[in-house]
Amino acid sequence: MARYSAFEIFKQALSGHKNWASAWRDPVPKEKYDVIIIGGGGHGLATAYYLAKEHGIRNVAVLEKGWLGGGNTGRNTTIVRSNYMIEGNTGFYEHSMKLWENLSQELNYNVMFSQRGQYNTFHNPGQMDVARRRANTLRLNGIEAELITAKEMQARVPGLDYSANARFPILGAMYQRRAGTARHDAVAWGYARGADQLGVDIIQNCEVEEFIRDKDRIIGVRTNRGEMRAAKIGMAVAGHSSHVAAKAGLRLPIESHVLQAFVSEPLKPIFDTVISFGAAHFYISQSDKGGLVMGGDIDGYNSYAQKGGMPTMEHVFAAGVSFLPYLSRLKVLRQWGGIMDMSMDGSPIICKSPIDGFYINAGWCYGGFKATPASGWCFAHTIAKDEPHEFNEKFRLDRFSRGYPIDERGAGPTPNAH
Amino acid sequence: MLRIDCPFCGLRDETEFVYGGDASRKRPDLQETSQDVWNDHVFLRDNPKGPHLEYWFHQHGCRSWLKVQRDVATHEITDVRFADKEKGQG
Repeated sequence: MARYSAFEIFKQALSGHKNWASAWRDPVPKEKYDVIIIGGGGHGLATAYYLAKEHGIRNVAVLEKGWLGGGNTGRNTTIVRSNYMIEGNTGFYEHSMKLWENLSQELNYNVMFSQRGQYNTFHNPGQMDVARRRANTLRLNGIEAELITAKEMQARVPGLDYSANARFPILGAMYQRRAGTARHDAVAWGYARGADQLGVDIIQNCEVEEFIRDKDRIIGVRTNRGEMRAAKIGMAVAGHSSHVAAKAGLRLPIESHVLQAFVSEPLKPIFDTVISFGAAHFYISQSDKGGLVMGGDIDGYNSYAQKGGMPTMEHVFAAGVSFLPYLSRLKVLRQWGGIMDMSMDGSPIICKSPIDGFYINAGWCYGGFKATPASGWCFAHTIAKDEPHEFNEKFRLDRFSRGYPIDERGAGPTPNAH
Repeated sequence: MLRIDCPFCGLRDETEFVYGGDASRKRPDLQETSQDVWNDHVFLRDNPKGPHLEYWFHQHGCRSWLKVQRDVATHEITDVRFADKEKGQG
């Protein structure tokens, strides 16, 4: 397989771009693998890639029910940041940020990672204190963050309602310079191509119907494309984790909820950054095509339907318009929903399961996209070494029963509140 | 928009209600001291992809707690009744 480069584009142009090789193969499933990963989204593909690259385990299959990156990898708002405060999250998300910073070079695939910065606004003195505490905690952990005043922010990000008469006047923001956005599909495709080159079989349209057991151990899967066996089977199907885990006889501390995202009609450039509104749940950035990419709260009740309801849409835009009044004059072109694994403390799970041979990567709530590289990196380590890496050692399934939740929001075991 | 047929008020929009989560769970006896039993109750969920029994509170209506059977993959509501038969009649 050719490396992607300017020279390669020139060379392929000579034959009218008709001879590019496929980015990955379409292999016939084998009966036996060393590791099977269920779920061909960003996390599953990254896991396969790092298993092959970091741990030399290349006899790996990634099973995807639909097409690559067709679930939440293709449904998020593409924001990448690492401003997490609670121990257990801090190191993990910063590791992810470091992997993002070199991802295009590492994969030889342009994931269009753009470190355009991210602002979290605050609107009252209490929120300002909380933001200061968060920024200080981040800096003590070696993660850059800064507080800026409303005046500084207005100079950098014009167009928000900075007036004292705003419904929630902006007092300032916490800013992370290295945060930004990435092209979400390219992340799945880049990892898929990288894993495929290292020998991983990527098998699409392959749904796991049941697990094959030998006494207490899981030793394989029965799929619509036949039986496959492996000593180790990892699950990375966030959104449907409970559904797949139930086939293995496990109940998880997770509820599935729908989160909506929105894209407006394309505009000339108005934002070169990512902004999160602090007074309600609303975030916005501008894609390279000019559309404003927006999101807000989950709909709030259990859902596996990949579509959201109008009341939440109204709620999201009520928040948006109080922040950016001119939004009321824009048309929303597209709206969609993705199914979130809402865990009981708002943090993910990456660990061995209580069943031998079965490993869990789940509970991403709506923060999974930014975590993609570190999630795959840590899950690969956990599967290869049979023990967690320091970065995911706190993301254990049994942390709830042991009394060690990682509750960044402080909302308690109420999944629709995280 | 979900529409819930409240047994007291009739068919109303979801915006009048507050979601109360999985109604199939039973709170263990308060004398129960097993950590596992409480862990199951507080943290674990069946989270089925299909029919789901759940609580809704009719906050902007009769203020009754309801038990609703809803398919979470299609949003089809097949049954609505008072959570507490004795007190729910208002």
